[in-house]
Amino acid sequence: MKPDEIEFVAEVCRAAAGIRVDPDKIYLVESRLAPVARREGFGSIREMLISARQRKEEKLLWSVVEAMAQGETCFLRDPQMFDQLREEVLPQLAVRRQPGHPIRIWSAGCASGQEPYSVAMTVEASGAGVLACGVDILGTDLSERALEKAQAGLFTQFEVQRGLPIQLLARHFEKRDELWALSPRLRAMVRWRRVNLNAELRGLADFDIILCRNVLKAMTAEARERALGQLVQAMAPGGYLVLGAEEALGDLPEGLAAAGPGLHRLDPAARAAA
Amino acid sequence: MRTCLVVDDSRVIRKVARRIIEEMGFEVAEAGDGLEALAWCRASMPEAILLDWNMPAMNGIDFLRQLRRERGGDNPTVVFCTVENDLDHIREALSCGAAEYIMKPFDSDIVQSKFAQAKLL
Repeated sequence: MKPDEIEFVAEVCRAAAGIRVDPDKIYLVESRLAPVARREGFGSIREMLISARQRKEEKLLWSVVEAMAQGETCFLRDPQMFDQLREEVLPQLAVRRQPGHPIRIWSAGCASGQEPYSVAMTVEASGAGVLACGVDILGTDLSERALEKAQAGLFTQFEVQRGLPIQLLARHFEKRDELWALSPRLRAMVRWRRVNLNAELRGLADFDIILCRNVLKAMTAEARERALGQLVQAMAPGGYLVLGAEEALGDLPEGLAAAGPGLHRLDPAARAAA
Repeated sequence: MRTCLVVDDSRVIRKVARRIIEEMGFEVAEAGDGLEALAWCRASMPEAILLDWNMPAMNGIDFLRQLRRERGGDNPTVVFCTVENDLDHIREALSCGAAEYIMKPFDSDIVQSKFAQAKLL
């Protein structure tokens, strides 16, 4: 790819999704976009970009953005954090619950679904108190394709061997041809919606736990700050924001205090004052 | 140094597994089937065993059943590593006391993640 093509891709990603594309990482950009060009029937990345640029094809541009937004994912990533959710955070939230108010959890940037499904498995294992008050899990992603895959609940042998203990595979999955299908019961615990964290967030509020892990670090400083502010606005007082355990984002908004690996608790008073 | 016994009738697989497991800080010993592995364990129990299912002489699951009846045979942490990738095999392995289960093909990430699940790292 030529510098002006990389720059075009970087600008499209920044404008659409606040994603930072490093112009020096030509190899990364090419390895992400080559499959898109093939899939969309172009002979090369260059041909695809020319078509996208000249005809301003929204759908094609989004395919480019989605490919660049893709991150690493696996089941139960940062296992200590999930232990803490199960043993401490969820039971504590359950105790303070009023009847008829389920615990609300949002997995923001959920890719192919491993994160919200890991949350569902964790909820299942966290005891009768948590299950009795009910739990709503929302999985959102920028990519429609990722959401379709997530919703299907079908994973490759490779995917189910990354992070998932064999006991949980045996408990929650069934073999379907060469793929592994998550149980309908767990799938039913998660709702899905397409959300661009770089746009104005509507109708997303009162979450007790928001997981947004290794998503913000891929954004420009400006987009990240805006997205973080919106996420905090969407939290319930005393709620938790979960970032990647090794994700260093610099200064976080006021009122967030570290509470574990990647875990941050929002001071109930800080939110009330905001 | 902790020892891991790699039990597989394929020399190539043993070699690949050895390299991965040595990198995780284990001393590695090899056996080509269940009987050989049993003889090895009777002489000296390893901390970990990476175990194939289908092998001549004695297969993996028969070896595991026999191992658990041996003196000190409860100690090794057993991780299956096999082409058998259906739930019946997995459940049988777990009920016989396997801690983890790798479905071939595998790479170093999978072995490492499974050894971590089995609390070997």
